[in-house]
Amino acid sequence: MTHAKYLKRAAGFLGLTALLVACASGKDEMLLSGYDYAIAETQAMQDDDIDNPAFIFYDIGEDQWSKVDGDAGKSCAECHGADGSSLKGVSISYPKYNEEDGKLRAIQDEINNCRTKRMKAKAWKWESDNMLGMAIFVKKQSRGMPLNVSIAGKAAPFYEKGKAFYNERRGGLDLACKHCHTDYAGMHIRANVLTSGLPNGFPTYRLKWQKPGSLHRRFRGCNTNVRSEPYKQGSDEYTNLELYLSHRANGLPNETPSVRN
Amino acid sequence: MAKKPRIKVPKKAKAGQIIQIKTLYAHNMETGLRKDKKTGKIIPRMIINNFVCSFNGKEIFSATIHPAVAANPYFAFFAKVTESGTFDFAWTDDAGKKVPAQAKITVS
Repeated sequence: MTHAKYLKRAAGFLGLTALLVACASGKDEMLLSGYDYAIAETQAMQDDDIDNPAFIFYDIGEDQWSKVDGDAGKSCAECHGADGSSLKGVSISYPKYNEEDGKLRAIQDEINNCRTKRMKAKAWKWESDNMLGMAIFVKKQSRGMPLNVSIAGKAAPFYEKGKAFYNERRGGLDLACKHCHTDYAGMHIRANVLTSGLPNGFPTYRLKWQKPGSLHRRFRGCNTNVRSEPYKQGSDEYTNLELYLSHRANGLPNETPSVRN
Repeated sequence: MAKKPRIKVPKKAKAGQIIQIKTLYAHNMETGLRKDKKTGKIIPRMIINNFVCSFNGKEIFSATIHPAVAANPYFAFFAKVTESGTFDFAWTDDAGKKVPAQAKITVS
């Protein structure tokens, strides 16, 4: 019994050392995923694909994947393969600079681009069930892979804009994103635990919403809470911010679809 | 909504072990009490009214579902397994449409 205890303690120390080493060798700060801030019940919900309610939307995405839509008479599956596995590792590098648009494209923009240009179908609304489902379906293909967003080259000015947004005070409460999510991550904001504000699990099933939601919806919520006028989902401001945050989360595994409270 | 039921049954188990079975079927579960906002007409009831699980042809779990059950009915229950076999699941909706699903288990 005492031996077992001793062993456990030794293992604990080893684990702690490993963590410290990881901290030291990583970026200037070691950021935790929202998953690590969640309570055990929420984590368990995310870990089990049956209990994870976002998978209902994953199914919607899967349905839409093979559904022919638009004047071109095509479905996603026709170009990208029947099961979507060809998109493995694609979503982790988004948002990405796009030459054609001259600005960033989030994964939702990319989906709508495919729909309007290639399928000649109607664009989906950002927060519609189909769009959420498809975004979850696409991102799920790279589940577990570390985010790898590039801010080099032409994406750099957009990164700077996103960074400025993150550090800029706004709203009646005069708070910037960083005041909560950098300075007070892990502390409570009323009954909620503040996370580092990383986007590696989005679109996420949020228990408060009782529905999956996009990252931009989350931004709108945050912006409204500091009494500022939120931007639209899919706006340049939010996509730039998404780039900044995704780069901040580089190295963390993509958890989509995650569960958060 | 998607029509594919989600089922979780362990692939392997020891004889006499109690296993947990989880099922989820994505369905709107229209109660028949809601009105169409534009026309004012009642939206007809369309729910899953019955769920059955049987093991090797023998019924082990069933449920009659009423309109108070929320959308996407989720059932989790336990079963004691003594032999290898197949779990058969079936969801029946108000139109009489039956959606079957299967899961196999190997008992050692």
